[in-house]
Amino acid sequence: MAKTSDLDVAYVARLARINLTEAEAKVFQKQLHDVLQYVEKLRQADISHVEPAAHAFPNFNDFREDTPRDWFTAEQALSNAPRKANGLFIVPKVVE
Amino acid sequence: MTGTDLPALSIADLQLLLRRREVSPREVIDSLRARIEAVDSEIGAYLSLDTEAAAKEADKANVDLPLGGVPVAIKDIINVMGQPCTCASKALQGYRATYNATVIRKLRTAGAIPFGKTNLDEFAMGSSTENSAMKTTRNPWDLSRVPGGSSGGSAAAVAADAAFGALGSDTGGSVRQPAALSGVVGFKPTYGRVSRFGLVAFASSLDQIGPLTKTVRDSALIMNAIAGHDSQDTTALNEPVPDYAAKLGNDLRGVRLGLPKEYLIEGIDAQVKAAINAAVNQMNSLGAEIIEVSLPTTEYAIAVYYILATAEASANLARFDGVRYGYRAKNPRDVLDLYGRTRGEGFGSEVKRRIILGTYVLSSGYYDAYYLRAQKVRELIRRDFARAFEKVDALISPTSPVPAFKLGERVADPLQMYLADIFTIAANLAGICGISVPCGFAEVDGHRLPIGLQLLGKALDEARILQIAHAYEQSTDWHKARPPIAQTVIHKSSAQ
Repeated sequence: MAKTSDLDVAYVARLARINLTEAEAKVFQKQLHDVLQYVEKLRQADISHVEPAAHAFPNFNDFREDTPRDWFTAEQALSNAPRKANGLFIVPKVVE
Repeated sequence: MTGTDLPALSIADLQLLLRRREVSPREVIDSLRARIEAVDSEIGAYLSLDTEAAAKEADKANVDLPLGGVPVAIKDIINVMGQPCTCASKALQGYRATYNATVIRKLRTAGAIPFGKTNLDEFAMGSSTENSAMKTTRNPWDLSRVPGGSSGGSAAAVAADAAFGALGSDTGGSVRQPAALSGVVGFKPTYGRVSRFGLVAFASSLDQIGPLTKTVRDSALIMNAIAGHDSQDTTALNEPVPDYAAKLGNDLRGVRLGLPKEYLIEGIDAQVKAAINAAVNQMNSLGAEIIEVSLPTTEYAIAVYYILATAEASANLARFDGVRYGYRAKNPRDVLDLYGRTRGEGFGSEVKRRIILGTYVLSSGYYDAYYLRAQKVRELIRRDFARAFEKVDALISPTSPVPAFKLGERVADPLQMYLADIFTIAANLAGICGISVPCGFAEVDGHRLPIGLQLLGKALDEARILQIAHAYEQSTDWHKARPPIAQTVIHKSSAQ
């Protein structure tokens, strides 16, 4: 397991698209350092010959019929939009 | 109907009156609304109440349906069409649900009336409901203490007789722990037993919806309505649903109960320990055989949980980007500024901490060391439980190592808050079912604080766990105790 001092909260917050204040980053750095120190104990577990469990209760390929059904309308889908116009979500320009 | 304090009734007792036409669904809703008005300014259990819609539903309720005319409060992380669904987050302030969760559709099919959205830790991340961006919820037994979390609003509402029953969600104990701290019954079904379609996702391999009620029978009645397969949730198990309520009533003769020796940890409150010991002796005297078992991977459960749950949360909460719904930062410069400030301003501290931790454990170079390792240890935890259930029908432990703690006492130290989940978390990792039932009180600073007994059962063994919990509950009076605030209201109304 990697050394816990590797965690750079400010960098990871950027990856997660979360702007932090300097004060927040400082507090989180300490708190998450403690949490990562705590999870170090997993290094003691013998995991040789163990398959990872993605789910506790595996349930595969439970498909429904691919048929049309009533669902919400475009108007309903847009009803919570912070900005909208002409039936579209409006966001800042993405392409120059 | 005069003389009966309607909101104090269990769902089962309320149904008797409704079916005999001694009260109407409208009277029930009205009495409940009056109770909420009387107590909720102090408790703070509810975030929103659509009184008008509920009254309309009451007027056309069919009381002969399984839950006909029974109001059920809903944790504000489950979508009820047309109503707010804030997840107690600034990120979803003003959002109105455009569809119904499957559990809401099923409750209505059974005749129930979803009434009121209850407070929670933001996005269900927390153990005290203090991470709500909306309001503080107080424990009805001692208003200076937390109700537990994350389904703290649901638990406090039921405890204060301000809800007949409620739905919560349990990712690491978020139904069972607040039930224990507030003195009600909380049931976490097997992973996949209840559809999560319409439940805002926190950790998809762990989340499960469950009832909070005054009695075990009431939990069984709600389970009858909400359990089962759903074509809109691929994890909802396609297994027959038994009539849980009809199966109640067996005694404990021949039942094998396991006491995990690793659960006798330091840090269990002395009064909690004494109450659990008394409950174990009580169940033994009712005919249950008590067997010591071992769950050697217990010490890893919290570490595994906080890697897997945060990893899944970091992916699930990526959708809150300020584009399609919810909070959007003002005057974004460009799209990255829009994302970064929307999420920085919209999420509270605990949510941000968990997304950052989850992003880190999934990031290139760390995935194997944290996420993959945690998934492998999760498999070991699952095997531990499978081995234990070869010897016993249910496992017994406290639900929480401590009774309700003071508001503000633990917020500064997230790790200490996480460690309090020691007894509930493993059940979510193993996907099994579990329940918390009242088993006594701790006396602290002149207040009686409820203590919860947890019973865990193997996957899809809900009927047996409910049977065992019911047999124990019915041999005690703990579930009949009401908090001071509920009693005060009754005295006030009978004096009028």
